[in-house]
Amino acid sequence: MNPVRKKRLFIILAILAGVGIAVALALSALQQNINLFYTPSQIAAGEAPQGTRIRAGGLVEQGSVERSSDSLGVSFRVTDGASTVTIRYQGILPDLFREGQGIVALGRVNEQGVLVADEVLAKHDENYMPPEVSQALEKSGMMKHYEGGKQEYQQ
Amino acid sequence: MNFSSFADFIAMGNHGLYVWTSYGISLAVLLLNAALPLLARRRYLQEEARRLRREEMK
Amino acid sequence: MNWTWFHKLGSPKWFYEISGRWLPWLAWAALLLIAVGTVWGLAFAPQDYQQGNSFRIIYIHVPAAFLAQSIYVMLAVAGLVGLVWKMKLADVALQQAAPIGAWMTFIALLTGAVWGKPTWGAWWVWDARLTSMLILLFLYFGVIALGQAISNRDSAAKACAVLSIVGVVNIPIIKYSVEWWNTLHQPATFKVTEKPAMPVEMWLPLLVMVIGFYCFFAAVLLMRMRLEVLRREARSSWVKSEIRTLVGKDA
Repeated sequence: MNPVRKKRLFIILAILAGVGIAVALALSALQQNINLFYTPSQIAAGEAPQGTRIRAGGLVEQGSVERSSDSLGVSFRVTDGASTVTIRYQGILPDLFREGQGIVALGRVNEQGVLVADEVLAKHDENYMPPEVSQALEKSGMMKHYEGGKQEYQQ
Repeated sequence: MNFSSFADFIAMGNHGLYVWTSYGISLAVLLLNAALPLLARRRYLQEEARRLRREEMK
Repeated sequence: MNWTWFHKLGSPKWFYEISGRWLPWLAWAALLLIAVGTVWGLAFAPQDYQQGNSFRIIYIHVPAAFLAQSIYVMLAVAGLVGLVWKMKLADVALQQAAPIGAWMTFIALLTGAVWGKPTWGAWWVWDARLTSMLILLFLYFGVIALGQAISNRDSAAKACAVLSIVGVVNIPIIKYSVEWWNTLHQPATFKVTEKPAMPVEMWLPLLVMVIGFYCFFAAVLLMRMRLEVLRREARSSWVKSEIRTLVGKDA
């Protein structure tokens, strides 16, 4: 490579490195704003702003779902392994909503520390499998082995 | 085959609308991407042919 | 190191000859692989235990998203080669790949939205993955607009190259967004270092589709580049004789 080209290459790589560092700094400064949701631990630690609409994300705790008998109202707890948050919601839940499933709820936290949600989204993990395989795994108790993708809630 | 009947295949377990719109639009976009350069090439060659004929007449 | 092959690559005539030989193979491979992958993914692959049949959208969504990001990296590499080595063919490749990349990003975003509705319960969420992918689409629009707005060919090539190189910073952000931040989008199913998080009867058709999409991109890119080379080199004697034979065949 001749010196002129080498110089041009270095200038371009230097520009790229500069832009990269600037973007990295900006993103790390915005870290909290880029997160789509707060985990129950963050809410318990008071990191989530109060009185405004926030998103809370976590796994729906086993056995915590209580459906109202006369309306679409439902209440459940989400957990990240350390803390839990109770969520109340009126409306139709997504198909994927079930106990043990990751969800993200949008709403306000009231005085009792209950998140009154007006939108509930289901989050799924990166594992895909045919129904027969998942049934076989359930039976042999190996399902937990495949749920590594849900560890991200357990920070 | 994962489906027992053709109707099942079309219905996609009541997700038919989502699956078929995704595949339909994507296929249309792929065809468009393949067709555009072919048409552009034909148009360009037609223009060139006309230009060459004009030059020959002079 | 011997750089002659590299400079040969920059010769439009050599490119035109070699690409003419590759094009039919790539086109047929793309057609065959995408046809096989589509039928396999739609009819024969098993459904997902949670999402049922809406999971089949993965067979377009993932290949399009892979390609959208790969094409942008290719733009940046072409931009770098164009700026450092002043290779004219690099600018041809950059200009002609950008619209294909934009279309692939569009497919990825659209199929993602259609897939998100039944699975997540929303068409669109402003999480880091979706937002950075939307930025990628705007970067493509920027490159295309810049290339068309500047009438001087050399200045347009330089501007597009710089934008492509700077914009490549977005690619690692897209890739790692699902790990760095809390997102609604799940982490990658395919990782280079691990085996895929799905059984073989699910990922094999996906692999066929991914290879098919790459062949499709290569074939369309070569078609576009060949036409652009004919246009830009219209004054050279080899293009004049090539056009004469092509026109003779068509007339």
